[in-house]
Amino acid sequence: MSPAEDPDLAPGDEGTEGIAGYVVGLGLAILLTGVSFFVAQTTLVWQPSIPVALAVLAIAQMGVHLVFFLHITTGPDNVNNVMALAFGVLIVILLIGGSLWIMAHLNQNMMPMDRIMQMQR
Amino acid sequence: MLGKLSWSAIPFDQPIPLVAAALVGSVIVCVLIWVIVKGHLPYLWNEWITSVDHKRIGEMYTILALIMLLRGFTDAIMMRSQQALAFQSPGYLPPEHYNQIFSAHGTLMIFFVAMPFMIGLMNFVVPLQLGIRDVAFPTLNSVGFWLTATGALLVNISLVVGEFARTGWLPYPPLSELTYSPGVGPDYYLWALEISGVGTLVSGVNLVTTILKVHAPGMTYTRMPMFCWTALASNLLIVAAFPILTATLAMLLLDRYLGFHFFTNEAGGNVMMFMNLIWAWGHPEVYILILPAFGVFSEVVATFSGKPLFGYRSMVMATMAICLLSFTVWLHHFFTMGAGADVNAIFGIMSMIIAVPTGVKIFNWLFTMYGGRVVFAPPMLWALGFMVTFAIGGMTGVLLAVPPADFVLHNSLFLVAHFHNVIIGGVLFGGFAGYSYWFPKAFGFRLHEGLGVAAFWCWLVGFYLAFGPLYVLGLEGMTRRMQHYDVPEWHPWLLAAAAGALVILAGIVLQVVQLVVSIRDRVELRDTTGDPWNGRSLEWATPSPPPAFNFPVLPHVEGGDAYWAIKQRAIAHAALSEEPAYAAIEMPRNSPTGFICAFFATFMGFALIWHIWWMVAVAAVGAFATFVVFAWRDVPDYIIPASKIARIARANRRSRELALANLRPVR
Repeated sequence: MSPAEDPDLAPGDEGTEGIAGYVVGLGLAILLTGVSFFVAQTTLVWQPSIPVALAVLAIAQMGVHLVFFLHITTGPDNVNNVMALAFGVLIVILLIGGSLWIMAHLNQNMMPMDRIMQMQR
Repeated sequence: MLGKLSWSAIPFDQPIPLVAAALVGSVIVCVLIWVIVKGHLPYLWNEWITSVDHKRIGEMYTILALIMLLRGFTDAIMMRSQQALAFQSPGYLPPEHYNQIFSAHGTLMIFFVAMPFMIGLMNFVVPLQLGIRDVAFPTLNSVGFWLTATGALLVNISLVVGEFARTGWLPYPPLSELTYSPGVGPDYYLWALEISGVGTLVSGVNLVTTILKVHAPGMTYTRMPMFCWTALASNLLIVAAFPILTATLAMLLLDRYLGFHFFTNEAGGNVMMFMNLIWAWGHPEVYILILPAFGVFSEVVATFSGKPLFGYRSMVMATMAICLLSFTVWLHHFFTMGAGADVNAIFGIMSMIIAVPTGVKIFNWLFTMYGGRVVFAPPMLWALGFMVTFAIGGMTGVLLAVPPADFVLHNSLFLVAHFHNVIIGGVLFGGFAGYSYWFPKAFGFRLHEGLGVAAFWCWLVGFYLAFGPLYVLGLEGMTRRMQHYDVPEWHPWLLAAAAGALVILAGIVLQVVQLVVSIRDRVELRDTTGDPWNGRSLEWATPSPPPAFNFPVLPHVEGGDAYWAIKQRAIAHAALSEEPAYAAIEMPRNSPTGFICAFFATFMGFALIWHIWWMVAVAAVGAFATFVVFAWRDVPDYIIPASKIARIARANRRSRELALANLRPVR
């Protein structure tokens, strides 16, 4: 049933028939988690590529959660969910990116510590 | 047994808080006795405290805001009189008391006046304007209100039990860390805001869901009244920004309670991270406050000019632009922190850019008035006062957005004058405009007009007299939060500012008198039409006060200014539309969940502040149990029978027919 037919369902909800989707999602999530642990300890791949691989796996994990558990789709009844996600991602990028930039820049206009020490003498 | 709490927590040596608390306490006791003796308690419990009706909750938010405004203004009067007296003398307030007063003033005015005022108006008006019967989550709404009330209660308890923070309205570390503030002051601040912050977040989620998902048929996004748009933007910001506040204050709590080092000077802590995070919430917060006020002015200006709002789509764009841009300017609160030119320049430019959509709005309001027949009723006076005052405040804001100028003016009284200029001239005037505009809708009778006009003029003149001098003092180099001073040039200006505060006091007294007189004369002032201002949006289609279900039949919306269109159709056909068939309506049942949760939350907050750990555990279990009981209830709704709905709807139709008949001879 779609939300239009059942007012108790949120957009993207699949009602009672969604169990299969959750099982697939759980399987994929466990698989990605397992692979992450495996990759972190393996010697089979070039060592410097491991962090990149972990980042890729993490992003894939987020995708699995969004699609299978939070039911983000591209369907027409899902515009609000996608917009909310986009807004959230934008705010997180602005906040984390901005904070990193600001904190890295913090001491630009401060006198270096050794100069302060000299002045105090 | 009682943690850090002992008799020494009560400031027996300080007469001012004790006398004030005794006075307020006896007023509260008298009111309670009156309520019980007169037998109003069941009414209060059934109709207000346990109500999940968005209108009642909105009204309670507003009442909370107005009461806290009195408390916050008392602090303001004390600060102004202290500074007027403290020229080459210590004044009458000892420094540690003075520091608590300015901290409490800011905290109360932002979190427990401006926020509940705006949230109250949104709660009351948005569902009515959308043409729906309630918000998306009615009981959650009640929880949100009562948690806000808990926060306000905790701040006020600090007046007599222990102390309040002496750190300013934002508890900057390292001063707010345990090393420099070993008392319970910052803990009162932190727990009050953590608890009321949950309430605000809950209310934000509720209103966003309502505006996006619950509409009358045909009420598409571009047909929503402007106030709904600004409410949407404001609540999106609440949902995005308040978690930052909660997390930041939680980190400070971990520092204070468990010896963490997020913001300490030593062990790898960084105080600057606190400034960064608190303002990443704090700047969106000012737009959370001002956007609903912009919405109120949009409604008021259109109604009292008798014209549709000029540039509706540009207004929507400007609102949403502000919603996004408000997250890109927060560094302008700490230009002087030490960042380099790149960072300061970018954030300075962004701060100037965000003034553009606000300018668009001002022009839209001016063009709405242009060519209209403007009625100078009190809501419109507040709107006009706002436009002039806010434009001045906006310009001093753009001045402060220039980093080199900010280096001169940072933390001076110029800054204090600027933000009062935009918060009083913007948010508070907006709140008062909304209060006088929607009061007849909420309670069924108008406010006395002459006293309202007088109160407006006192506020306006008092504002300029109180804060004009602060601009001058800032340029003369006076910093904020000074308990005493010995610069003779400052003294006359501070005397003028104190006089301004007295004029504002006259305005507040007039508002109280206005309320009392209006309640006394409510029969003459009764609004029988349901549409006292010749309004344009759907709230004016309901009787005043609206019944619990708002609309007997959900209205079909076919364009913007939905109620105006209905009225025009009725005038053209010289008759109301066909009477619809009335059906029974399901409405959410009242629930004491919110009140009981907040009851436990109050004890939990108090126990956390005083380290009474057993009470924390008991209260936490109690609050959780309340939620579980609520989650397992079987009957969430009650049915209003069709006969009752028909009776109320027909009375409303009769009053509209009467209005129509009175209108026709004129044409």
